[in-house]
Amino acid sequence: MTEIVSNILIAIGSLFNLFSCIGLIRLPDAYNRLQASTKAITMGMCTILLGVTVRYGFTGVGVKALLAIVVIFFTATVSAHTLARGTYRFGIKPGKETLRDDFKES
Amino acid sequence: MLQYILYFQILLCVFPLYRIIAGPTIADRMVGIEKLGILVTSIGVIVILLTNQSWMIDIVIAWTILSFISTLTLSKYLENKKLND
Repeated sequence: MTEIVSNILIAIGSLFNLFSCIGLIRLPDAYNRLQASTKAITMGMCTILLGVTVRYGFTGVGVKALLAIVVIFFTATVSAHTLARGTYRFGIKPGKETLRDDFKES
Repeated sequence: MLQYILYFQILLCVFPLYRIIAGPTIADRMVGIEKLGILVTSIGVIVILLTNQSWMIDIVIAWTILSFISTLTLSKYLENKKLND
């Protein structure tokens, strides 16, 4: 039973990875690509690690997988923020579809 | 079933490699590098489930933190360098 549930969770996570990969290819701008590639893949990785926790229970591997979920939550968001900021300071303009630029005057 | 998911994840690594090779600007390449780092951790997690070798979860956590540090370093390099210099 737990094996079936963990397999389903891992399949859902790999589907989210597929969606973020499609976003990485199809979206028009560096900022849009950053958004697609960070948020969706955080969800996918957290679901896959939750599948590991369901499979092994609260043994050493399961608790370490929960710890890895926390680590990925913090590091992925922080690295996306610093990457977007570095891209803006480097001088790459957003695309034509962007209507509003709140970061310009700072 | 897990075996096919592993093949699927390995196939997904083609998309960030394409973005690294063909990205128009340097920022797109860095986005691809960050994404490739996270995809490699997901492959490691599925290898744990396939082979029942539970010590590899330490390698997954260490790889995540190393990928985070490398992304911070790349973005700091990008921030201190202007396009017109």
